[in-house]
Amino acid sequence: MSIEGKVALVTGASRGIGRATAYALGKMGAIVVGTATSESGAENISQGLAEEGYKGKGYVLNVTSQDSVDSVVKAITEEFGAPLIVINNAGITKDNLLMRMKEDEWDSVIDTNLKSVYRVSKATIRGMTKARWGRIVNISSVVATMGNMGQSNYAAAKAGLEGFTRAMAREVASRNITVNAVAPGFIATDMTHALPEEQHNMLLTQIPLARLGQPEEIANAVAFLASEGASYISGETLQVNGGMNMR
Amino acid sequence: MSTIEERVKKIVSEQLGVKDEEITNASSFVDDLGADSLDTVELVMALEEEFETEIPDEEAEKITTVQEAIDYVVSHQ
Ligand SMILES: NC(=O)c1ccc[n+]([C@@H]2O[C@H](COP(=O)([O-])OP(=O)(O)OC[C@H]3O[C@@H](n4cnc5c(N)ncnc54)[C@H](OP(=O)(O)O)[C@@H]3O)[C@@H](O)[C@H]2O)c1
Repeated sequence: MSIEGKVALVTGASRGIGRATAYALGKMGAIVVGTATSESGAENISQGLAEEGYKGKGYVLNVTSQDSVDSVVKAITEEFGAPLIVINNAGITKDNLLMRMKEDEWDSVIDTNLKSVYRVSKATIRGMTKARWGRIVNISSVVATMGNMGQSNYAAAKAGLEGFTRAMAREVASRNITVNAVAPGFIATDMTHALPEEQHNMLLTQIPLARLGQPEEIANAVAFLASEGASYISGETLQVNGGMNMR
Repeated sequence: MSTIEERVKKIVSEQLGVKDEEITNASSFVDDLGADSLDTVELVMALEEEFETEIPDEEAEKITTVQEAIDYVVSHQ
């Protein structure tokens, strides 16, 4: 059973890892629905997909709103069919040392990076159980297992996401649905662009492959887990980080 | 147009993958028809879709047999 013609939902597909993942799934023949937080972002996604020759389009979605999630899933289902591949990728950082971290910095990262996964997975799981086939891939981070200064909120959200992945994997395994995570290391996107030069150089000394990863290198791993080739993998977190977190 | 009883039994048969003739009104989803916890949740969702109604969790818990499902639908028409 290939993913050709299946509907794939990728949250946060306007740039970075999400966009690369949307294209990787498009290349495999999926109908790709990518989301952005703005109308212009959603249009860019539609355009980008069309230019690459992939099926699908962009939608506006705010993963912190249950109403937004419900209405977008409904609209996708009506237009293309139920999404059977879901990539929970949308995410933000709001770094601060714990001693300085404001409650809203904590809350917004937990809401956008963790509760979002509950919302989107719950809204799409019924379609997958009906189809007796499904793939969920949640985007974690190397920080979930390694920790990182100034990212207690982010590390908590990502570690939570990995636990969620394993619990959900058990719940829906009998329906031929796999739930996995990909934990990227440091990838060249807007999210890491903000790092100061000094920290950037320091970082490179900790990565055996001595470079940042490219979004496509994460997308390849996500596409694999979404493919039929990964049908016996569930509840797993795949580390893609240039070797910085070997165990 | 099928009766409520026929429609309920059809859903039970589809959802739990059991043959029509194995299903009686007294059949318990879990004890007689081999449903697990996920099956029972899905069954209630399928009933909600078929009869265009919302079944609250505390009501859903009480629906454990085919007859109880029929009764619920009949009393909430
Ligand atoms: N880059 C890294 O080094 C790295 C490392 C480990 C893990 N990750 C994880 O990988 C994922 C993607 O990261 P990235 O680097 O590609 O990020 P990015 O370039 O900053 O893009 C973030 C994406 O998420 C969307 N988004 C943000 N808030 C949202 C909300 N409330 N509702 C819906 N969508 C929202 C953004 O939409 P708009 O464009 O509309 O704002 C954008 O498409 C994240 O989960 C991140 O935690 C990244």
